[in-house]
Amino acid sequence: MKYISEFRRSELAQGLLTQIQRRSKTPVRLMEFCGGHTVTIFKYGIRQLLPETVDMVSGPGCPICVTANADLDKAIALSQMPGVIVATFGDMLKVPGSDSSLQEAKAGGADVRTVYSAMDALKIAGYNPDKSIVFLGIGFETTAPTIAASVLQAEEEVLRNYYVLSLHKLCPPVIRALLDAGELKLHGLVCPGHVSAIIGSRPWEFIARDYGVPCVVSGFELLDILQCVDMLVDQIEDGRSRVEIAYRRAVRPEGNKQALKLMNQVFEPCPAQWRGMGEVPDSGLKLKKEYQRFDAELAFDIKPVPTREPAGCICGDILRGVKTPADCKLFGKVCTPENPVGPCMVSSEGSCSASYLYGVGFEG
Amino acid sequence: MKDKILLAHGSGGKLAHELVEKSLVKALANPLLAKLDDSAVFDFSGRLAFTTDSYVVSPIFFPGGDIGKLAVCGTVNDLAMSGAKPLYLSLSFIIEEGLLQSELKKVVDSVQKAAKEAGVDIVTGDTKVVHRGSADKLFINTAGVGIIAEGINISGSNAKPGDKVILSGTIGDHGIAVVSRREGLSFVTNLESDCAPLGGLVADMVKASPNIHCLRDPTRGGLATSLNELAKQSGVSIRIEEEKIPVREEVMAACEMLGFDPLYVANEGKLVAIVPPNDADKVLKAMRKNGYGKSAAVIGEVGSDKPGRVVMETALGASRIVDMLTGDLLPRIC
Amino acid sequence: MCLAIPALIKSIEGKEAEAEIGGITRRISLWLTPEARVGDYVIVHTGYAINILDQKEAEETLAMLEEIARSAEEEG
Repeated sequence: MKYISEFRRSELAQGLLTQIQRRSKTPVRLMEFCGGHTVTIFKYGIRQLLPETVDMVSGPGCPICVTANADLDKAIALSQMPGVIVATFGDMLKVPGSDSSLQEAKAGGADVRTVYSAMDALKIAGYNPDKSIVFLGIGFETTAPTIAASVLQAEEEVLRNYYVLSLHKLCPPVIRALLDAGELKLHGLVCPGHVSAIIGSRPWEFIARDYGVPCVVSGFELLDILQCVDMLVDQIEDGRSRVEIAYRRAVRPEGNKQALKLMNQVFEPCPAQWRGMGEVPDSGLKLKKEYQRFDAELAFDIKPVPTREPAGCICGDILRGVKTPADCKLFGKVCTPENPVGPCMVSSEGSCSASYLYGVGFEG
Repeated sequence: MKDKILLAHGSGGKLAHELVEKSLVKALANPLLAKLDDSAVFDFSGRLAFTTDSYVVSPIFFPGGDIGKLAVCGTVNDLAMSGAKPLYLSLSFIIEEGLLQSELKKVVDSVQKAAKEAGVDIVTGDTKVVHRGSADKLFINTAGVGIIAEGINISGSNAKPGDKVILSGTIGDHGIAVVSRREGLSFVTNLESDCAPLGGLVADMVKASPNIHCLRDPTRGGLATSLNELAKQSGVSIRIEEEKIPVREEVMAACEMLGFDPLYVANEGKLVAIVPPNDADKVLKAMRKNGYGKSAAVIGEVGSDKPGRVVMETALGASRIVDMLTGDLLPRIC
Repeated sequence: MCLAIPALIKSIEGKEAEAEIGGITRRISLWLTPEARVGDYVIVHTGYAINILDQKEAEETLAMLEEIARSAEEEG
């Protein structure tokens, strides 16, 4: 496949690994913020292949994992209201809320539909004029503009039954909160590639400038991650701290102006609850006043169940990178992909799920 | 005949008889079925293989097949995986009222065609009609019997360290073909389900070598799940190489787009064989000569180190564990 | 947040396009990339093109990685 296969060539990966091996002298800890990067790293066993001096830890860049129980409970409560169809990305279906999940609600009669795109949710709204379609808006800055576009399209097409439950989150504020918490000594950051395709590389500059942590924006294929690690090691060994783009074919420093325009037209920042981190200011998105009629929180009298956190679950610590799945007493015993206790085990890019599925720490 | 199936068609009365005789018996014509006795009666001697399955696929018509073809092939393949020559099938329909007669006819025609290719007869059956909403258009239940020749001993618990693992062809075709038609996920592709009866392929393989240890068709849960089942049943480990597993480009593309792993996507016309190392070449050659095995390849080996574990070696030489599928394959954004 | 793939635009109708990847075709939205043209490769996330892929940058990156692989072998 064009622009995918070429970036998986193993002989080129070998070359990068050799270069990293040669360059890396000081022990360093790099964090890949984005869950998509975590998946690639586990899929190819990259941690096994990197020299011992390079330690990689996963961060909270999994929008599924960081969705607070209270927010998921709202979506579940909505799905159980008569006349409501909840359209959701597949990722959210099995995530346990305080006492149920969207999948369980569906089994109990709620109309929950999995979609690949907000475009499909709009279609469902069109085919079901007598029902209300609530789109479960999760995701970071990669996804938020697509939801914004769907709202604008709904406005254009005069769809009166399309709503959005906005649980979108923004990346830079949470990285700042992580660094401020100071629990983790990070020497380099692998920046999310597709979020950066939208917001550009400039929003990451405060990390290099104020915290002295070099940043490299990475793509998601094997060669992309290795190239990014190589560039980070190079900066660290050289004593530099800058934001660089490795994923040059998809990311420009200024980002995607049109996407940002639409996102800022429909949404505005608001405080948001992040699992494991509590409330982070200006890290969520809510619909602006002009688009309030699409806001599911305002249109419906949502009565979620009382919030309850699962006992023994340390997803929060894992998301902050201060603990690993192996540290969790529930991992692999009580908490498995078939019976997840917390979201890190459900989301395909959650640390726990990736560890479980790909057997982290496994000697081969 | 009216154009829709009604509750009355399942009630055993005149309409039901009309449905059975006109639509079903006529299309599936064979002497045992034509007798219309309550049970089909036949002689056999030797070891019998006996299987049952239910088919609830949605949508019932998909590129490359339909629920009827699937029902015959799936049942025939279960028998073939025991090394049996499939002989007779039972076929029960649970029809949701309102299904169009023309749709049922299409399914029955598929059944007839598939049965003919597989060399089996549908000798007994049943028809029920349920209220709207109680069955997703059409459910089919089957049972099948076949005869296992002397000297054949194929079972999931026979794998031995050193055995080779052979895959009969590309994986993921069926699951992706079905998903391409599902609401909310639709995309356009020429990809068709690989739904096929494998009795002939298995017969060729057994002729090449009577020492085949295991056969499994990787249906729901995909190749990964079948390999895990075999590893657990036999108490062995299995190591496969990612580069050796054939995957069509369209399947790869759809999986990339939706976030699926082809290892977990369903197949309906493929099999995995575990054979002693000295027989691997013979079996592979025989498979490649058969239309349903032309892309057959050795994809791995059986080991003894960690019983029940399946490991895949990636292109770079790193290894990862391949577990069973847990739950459904869901499209994801992350 | 990140699952996105490069797809080739085959045709455009208003704000939507037919995009092809590896032999499969899917209708995508160009709301976020109105400047996209037939023949462009775009990065598609949940059915929306989020950016136009810079083919020149892609070639340059690959060339650089090939050079790295070459020197790694020579010095090895």
